[in-house]
Formats: sequence, structure tokens, C-alpha cells
Amino acid sequence: MWKVHAEALRVRAGRRLAVDGLDLALGPGVHGLLGPNGAGKTTLMRALATVLRPEGGRLALLGTAVTGRADLRAVRRALGYLPQHFGYYPRFTVREFVEYMAWLKEMPRRDIPGAVQRAVDRVGLTARADARMKTLSGGMLRRAGIAQAIVNDPELLLLDEPTVGLDVEQRIEFRALLRDVGADSCVLVSTHLVEDVAAACTGVVLLDEGRLVWRGPAAGLAERGASGDAGDSATERGYSALLRAHRGQVPA
Amino acid sequence: MNADDDDIRALVERAAAGIAAGIEEGPGPVRGRRFRPAGLAGRVAPWLAAAGALMLAAVALEQTFTSLPSLVLLLAPVAPLLPVAAAWSRRTDPAWELLASVPRFGLGLLLRRTLAALAAVIPLLALAGWATGHAPALWLLPGLAFTAASLALGGLTGVDRAALGLAAAWAGFVIVPSLATARLPAVLAAGAWPGWAAAVVALAAVAVVRTAFNRETT
Repeated sequence: MWKVHAEALRVRAGRRLAVDGLDLALGPGVHGLLGPNGAGKTTLMRALATVLRPEGGRLALLGTAVTGRADLRAVRRALGYLPQHFGYYPRFTVREFVEYMAWLKEMPRRDIPGAVQRAVDRVGLTARADARMKTLSGGMLRRAGIAQAIVNDPELLLLDEPTVGLDVEQRIEFRALLRDVGADSCVLVSTHLVEDVAAACTGVVLLDEGRLVWRGPAAGLAERGASGDAGDSATERGYSALLRAHRGQVPA
Repeated sequence: MNADDDDIRALVERAAAGIAAGIEEGPGPVRGRRFRPAGLAGRVAPWLAAAGALMLAAVALEQTFTSLPSLVLLLAPVAPLLPVAAAWSRRTDPAWELLASVPRFGLGLLLRRTLAALAAVIPLLALAGWATGHAPALWLLPGLAFTAASLALGGLTGVDRAALGLAAAWAGFVIVPSLATARLPAVLAAGAWPGWAAAVVALAAVAVVRTAFNRETT
């Protein structure tokens, strides 16, 4: 069973069809979602998080079809989601916020305090657990966002630009966390930072203009680049080469 | 003292060190539950204050200008709409996108927040009604009917837009003509309460059915 299975998926972002005929099947592991600005990464994330209803095509999450009038409760219980613009309640402490999200995810009440403590520990916010959200720095807020996403041990974890605002040390810790969660869950990480993908992801999904350009193992991305391609690392050169090749085929 | 004793002592020491390290690194003691809905209260408080100020002004005006139709009765139907809309609005809720991805998002949460807002605003209406001596049915039922109507229409337009539209319609079709003619309309006459009670029941049923079948509860 695929954790995510999309066939000819179309999702609208406002008036624009931001995801247009996407075929994608993802199993367990850490998948990096790459693509230029406007490629449809965030729209795809929002559809997978059940925030946006697909316009057409088929989408199944954790074995349940989520198009039409599906009952989403069971799927949503097993979801973790960090939106690109992570909104929070400034007067909540980190612990209160993660507790509230755990309650919203219908976790059993007696499991919540322990799960919250574990999630806060895993993102390295133990010392700030009882600080109000409005006193946190950008990187700490992002980590609080990751904590609420993982608090229910999700089967499908969707992280939209999770490494924005994290310093080098935190990014390295975060990659270890991703590998840990990705051992038996499906993790989809959208990012602009190609090096995050090379370091932490098992697979890569490359989007452009709402369609799948390429997917394969993270190591395979590096092999696609030649020395003449734009980029400072083998992975970046592979990224540029694939996009350029795709744009050459598709009439603009 | 023999070799076995040394082995056992070494084992005990290793175990003790391991347990101590585990206690050191493990999760701290969990504090008691403190489920302060501080975020919600913080966001809704200004709107609740606005509703309170509105009712206070209505009481003051009604007691000062006795020739005017009852402003408390005219404003009571729409006063709860301010905090209700604020409690369930995409614009005032910073975590809206997160909420839209959780299983509890839907009718239960909508009703929970609406009840919280009503629980805060109804005492204000009660005070205003008591100060001006109006029958409770006439300030309570219209407010509940308008709240239920906002939730029912909310499935189509969003609760906040529905509340705004209903308040504007009430102001345009009832409040302004009443002030112009200096007479309370028939819908706010003493005998009108069974109609309002029926409207509350019917609109609440529509709201429940609509939100139960509409996963994008906005």
C-alpha cells in the first residue's frame, strides 16, 4: 500500500491550476520535494494535508481515497503537517500549543502529556517548553512547528520548508530526526535547499509547473549533472540539468 | 570477597549509572493539565469588549431617550455575531491552516467555539435586558437565531462573512427603519417570541446538517 498515491492529480491555488496532472506514489522513507518557485510544491503539500480539496484526478492517502466526500478523520489522525506559513497562538507556551494540537488530532487524553514532552525533546526545545510562543526566535518557532507535526507519530509527515531559520547545527540535528521518523513513516519535505535533500532524503521528487519532472534516489540526482550545469555541488548541477532538460521538451 | 562479588558489584554500579543517566536525560515530570484556551480568549476578547460596549451604549441611550424604540432589543440580535465570527474566522485565527488539517476540525470544534463565545456574550445581554426590563425571550432568542443563521450560511460563505452580512441586513432592514419611524417592528413585539424560537430550532438544525456534510467548515 502506498502512503501517498496520486493519479492525474489537479489542484487549484486560487484561479491557477498549480498542480496539473501529477502522478506520484510514495512509500515509507524521507522524500525531498524540489522545484523552482511556483512549481506547485506548497499547493501539493496543502492537498496532501487535506487542507485543499483536489480539483480532479485521484488522490489516496494511507490507503484511503480523499477525493469527493470522503471521511477524512482517520487519515487526519495519522497526519503531521507543518505549513509554509506556520501560524501559532502567541500567548500559548510551546507545551500548551503542542498539547492543543495533540488534542485536535484526537490523541487519547492520557497519552498527550508524555507524547508532547517527547516531541518537544526531539526538536531540542526542552529548555523552552514553558516559554510563550511570542518570545521564541524564528528557528525555535520552526522547531515548535515540527514538534506539533510529529507529536502524534504520524504515518504521513508533510513539512513545507522546515529548515527556514534553522542554523547549521540545528539543520544537522533536524536531518537526523527526519531519518529517524522516515524509518517507518512517509516523510515529504519541501525545500529550496538542494543540499538538505542530498543529506537527509532517501528519494527526490522534482516538480515544475505542477508536473512531475523526475523522481529517483537522492544519489541519482547528483549523477544527472555535468560539469557545465549551473550549481555549486553535484546535486545542484543535477537539479539544474533535469529542469533544463524538462523545459527543453515542454513547449513554453 | 571473591570474583563473583566483584562482578555483581560492577553490574550493580553499571545499572545504577545507567538508571541515573536515564533519569537525567529522560522527559521531566509532566505538569498538571493547564488547558487555558489563551489564544482563543486573546483573539476574541476585543470583539467581546466591542459587543459589551455596544450593549452598554444601547442601555444608556434607551434610558436617556425614552421616546426612541428600545435600542437594547434592536441591537441584541446582532451583538453575539461579533465574538462568534471572531471565534471562527480564517482571518483572526493564525493557526487556521493547521486546524484545517486535523480530525477535530469540523462541527464539534465549530460548536465548541461558538458556545464559548455565547457563554461570554449572553451574560452581557442579560445585564442589558435586566437593566432595561425587557422579557428575556426577546433579547435572547433573536441573538441565538442570528448566531445559528451565521453558522448555517457559514458553510457557503464563511462564518465571518455570513455574520457581517446578516448584521448589515438587520441594520438596514430593521434598525434604521425603526429609528426613522420611532417604532419597534412587529418582529420584536412581545408576541413574536414563538417565531424566534422556531427560527432558532430550524436554523440550528440547518447549521448542524450543513457542517456535518461539509468538510471545509469555514
